[in-house]
Amino acid sequence: MHLDQDDERILAGEQGETRQKMLELLVALGKVFGAERLVPIKSAQVSGASYKTIGEYGLQWLNTLDAKAVVPAVLNPIGMPRDRWDEMGVSKEFSAKQMAVIAAYERLGIALECTCTPYYLRKTLYGDHLAWSESSAVSYANSVIGARTNREGGPGALAAALVGKTPCYGLHLAANRRPQVVVAVAADTAGWTIADYGALGYHAGKLVGNRIPYFTGISPERDQLKALGAAMAATGAVALYHVADVTPEAQKNRYDLAGIETIPVEGSEIRKLFCDVEVEAVALGCPHCSPEELKNIALLLDGRVVRKPLYVFAAQGVIEANQEIVNDIEKCGARVFADTCMVVSPVMEEYSGIMVNSGKALAYVPDMCGAIARIGSTKECLDVATE
Amino acid sequence: MILLYKGRGIARGTGSGPLLISPAPISFLSGVDPESGIIVEKGHPLNGRSIAGTVLVFPYGKGSTVGSYVLYALSQNGHAPAAIINAEAEAIIATGAIIGNIPMVDRIEFPPGTLKDGIRVTVNGDSGEVACETS
Repeated sequence: MHLDQDDERILAGEQGETRQKMLELLVALGKVFGAERLVPIKSAQVSGASYKTIGEYGLQWLNTLDAKAVVPAVLNPIGMPRDRWDEMGVSKEFSAKQMAVIAAYERLGIALECTCTPYYLRKTLYGDHLAWSESSAVSYANSVIGARTNREGGPGALAAALVGKTPCYGLHLAANRRPQVVVAVAADTAGWTIADYGALGYHAGKLVGNRIPYFTGISPERDQLKALGAAMAATGAVALYHVADVTPEAQKNRYDLAGIETIPVEGSEIRKLFCDVEVEAVALGCPHCSPEELKNIALLLDGRVVRKPLYVFAAQGVIEANQEIVNDIEKCGARVFADTCMVVSPVMEEYSGIMVNSGKALAYVPDMCGAIARIGSTKECLDVATE
Repeated sequence: MILLYKGRGIARGTGSGPLLISPAPISFLSGVDPESGIIVEKGHPLNGRSIAGTVLVFPYGKGSTVGSYVLYALSQNGHAPAAIINAEAEAIIATGAIIGNIPMVDRIEFPPGTLKDGIRVTVNGDSGEVACETS
């Protein structure tokens, strides 16, 4: 692997033991994945924020590190909201450990934002190289923004944050970003909501696996793209997809699709995923809500009273910037939580049926919450929550 | 006699110990007891054996990425391998070796029959060299 002078100096320990170690880690990962060099990054999103995941040993390791992030960096969602964990029924012991993990990251200069939507907090641009971890964020950055990131593991993303570089392989290279399979959607998508696009992603992820799909026949908006990509990253391992005439790289490049397998998808296959089962709770915000989604929820809830537990999840920064809307939502009886989500928090485990507007949640809720998941549009979800 | 082999350095440093060969991949999360370094995965060829202080040879890592932290834990309580030799390094083991200061190399073509459990081996993770003592 080619290292420049700055890298060599860090490797020689000139910037301290922690950065030396972190550069060793980046070089080793570069060797593992066949990178020829490191590439400077604009931001990092670090997984391994949940105490439940990294445990006591991970916490001990974090506490040995001594350096500050040199690029803006945030964390993945954790198992509880930082300031309202008791409302979520999280134990005092767990919360103390979780806060210790967060404090360790704070000491390393990582912003205390635990979210799968870092792109709402800081402008991420076309062509930016990133080291992000969470699968839906990686998909959004690559596909919707046209930035470049592989799906990083926790220590690799942390190393990238502390050094400001990541190994240049995989999706950092233009040659690896070309479509590998066409998904031809034959459906009337005019009235499609984020739930329909999430359901499409749920279905398509299973069909395309880890390939880069190129969609035709759909024209999703930003939040719908988010739902589509998140679901495909959950049921498949899709870190990048293109939508003809919609996503930036599909607009800029004339991809030669000749000879690539085409998978047809019909509207009826997507409709099939919508069913009518009884649910006990409703959860929105997987991935975390955009400001527009929060606004829409507030609008649809206006003047109604929530009768089933209704959870809404969003990034702390998005909640703070839209506090009045959030207050309106909570006034109706819903709870809006930051830092965590329906998939990683233990709070949803008490329900046997949960309604969601997300294809990703449809994929994860059964295993991770032990509940039946029902998908519906945001409006249908709120109808069920208030009926 | 000492036989020298050259591979690719993954994690820096030098470590020596008796060789322990696992023909099967190893999952450190749930497959290895983080307190004792004993392999606890059911049906694993090395089930019940301790990897502490050995030069551990196995094809590659498998299982959860949290396995990296188990290697770190072992290095803290003195039950880590002295060094690791993989056929092909992957991210979980490479990460664990680096954060646990365990020298590691990969991509070495050992002639058949060279590697035997218990022979003394020294691994140099900087140069990628492995020295095997033969009796």
